[in-house]
Amino acid sequence: MPDVSLPDPHWADLPLGFALLVLALWLTWTQRDRAAVIGFTGYGLLVAIAWVRLGSMDVALTEAALGGGLMGLLLLTAAARLGEETDQPAPGLPARLSIALLCLGVTLVLAAVVLGLPSPAPNLVAPVASHQAVTELGNPVAAVLIAFRAVDTMLESVVLALAVIVLWSFGADRAWGARPRALHLGPPSPALVFLGRLLPPAGLIVGVHLFWTGADHPGGPFQGGAVLAAMAALLWLARLGEPPRVSDGLTRLGIVVGPLLFLLIGLAGAVIADAFLDYPEALTKPLILLIEAAKTLSVAVALALLVAGPPELPGPMPPRQSGRAAKGVTP
Amino acid sequence: MSLADAFTAVFVSLGAFFFFAGWVGLVRFPDALSRLHALSKADNLGLGLVVIGLLPQASWPFGTLKLIALWLVAVLVGGASAQLLAGAIHAQAAETSTGGEPGRGTEAAPGANGNDKATS
Repeated sequence: MPDVSLPDPHWADLPLGFALLVLALWLTWTQRDRAAVIGFTGYGLLVAIAWVRLGSMDVALTEAALGGGLMGLLLLTAAARLGEETDQPAPGLPARLSIALLCLGVTLVLAAVVLGLPSPAPNLVAPVASHQAVTELGNPVAAVLIAFRAVDTMLESVVLALAVIVLWSFGADRAWGARPRALHLGPPSPALVFLGRLLPPAGLIVGVHLFWTGADHPGGPFQGGAVLAAMAALLWLARLGEPPRVSDGLTRLGIVVGPLLFLLIGLAGAVIADAFLDYPEALTKPLILLIEAAKTLSVAVALALLVAGPPELPGPMPPRQSGRAAKGVTP
Repeated sequence: MSLADAFTAVFVSLGAFFFFAGWVGLVRFPDALSRLHALSKADNLGLGLVVIGLLPQASWPFGTLKLIALWLVAVLVGGASAQLLAGAIHAQAAETSTGGEPGRGTEAAPGANGNDKATS
């Protein structure tokens, strides 16, 4: 619209920054667990919008899916399990003051570091841009993750598998082989069941699309996998399905197939290409797609299982959840 | 300003008005259920009008279809999560008034969040 002068779009950042600050302050101020967790989920979405405004679509997608979504669900199930502590004494003034000082100090140091960066900040944008064509990927972020810094990405996918193993090891011995039941939160409401029937088909397409488009546009295995995991968690919350048993072989294969394939192709690179995690020139794009597809699957399985929790949570339920204890969840 | 741009300006402004009305409701309405009502109205109508306004600007056919799909998902998830939140509010009210039957409030809320997560 050349004949209408629009205000500078940067003005839109002011309310966004203000909302972030106010919500952050409220989150530290509030004493109700569940309200704080819901607020934290909203905070994650606001942070995602801030990343969009900064031009980092990949980070924004990850923040929305993980920081806003799955993290919120994890915290909410934790809050539901703990119950609302109403008569908990507030920490004393010295403790609160020292926490405030510590947070203020961290904030100030971070601000000093960020504001003190030379402009433009030291970066590797130019080398990435000049070598990106080798990978046949249009998205520079994907090129860095899967080719230039492939070893970091591989280690990250291994960490995710390890996290599931660690979580499972929290389960009681007698429950080994049982289904995880952290998402068993009583009979689901009809609205949730309705949503659980309608949303997953669309979510499945969106998740696979995020992985597929990640080669050339923002997206990738992690974001796609997180959406798929969210759909699984929704199905389990609505009790339209059950999380797989801890002893299920196919589930375990799903967790390790991503890192394993990545590692095997990387090792093969040491023989047929020039180095570990190097791809032979003719096969670069197909190999990258293969790795990313397997990684999407593994990320989805691992994240969904992390949300589903260990086979049986140790320790008794808190006394406040007596209604649930009566149903025989607590031994 | 072309006809398409004028169309966009009118409909996005109308959508913005509904969002503003929703915000006023959120601030002014006395209880949680009415606030929820104001919020879901703003979501469905406001976002719908904004999407209609943006249709001429989107690339045919996939940009257009994506915008419409976005609105459909927002309507579905917004409506369902409003239901869940209302259920949680009812359960909490029953809990505080009778002093008994714990648990229901804690059940409904995770579901409500399940939707937030699904949108993201």
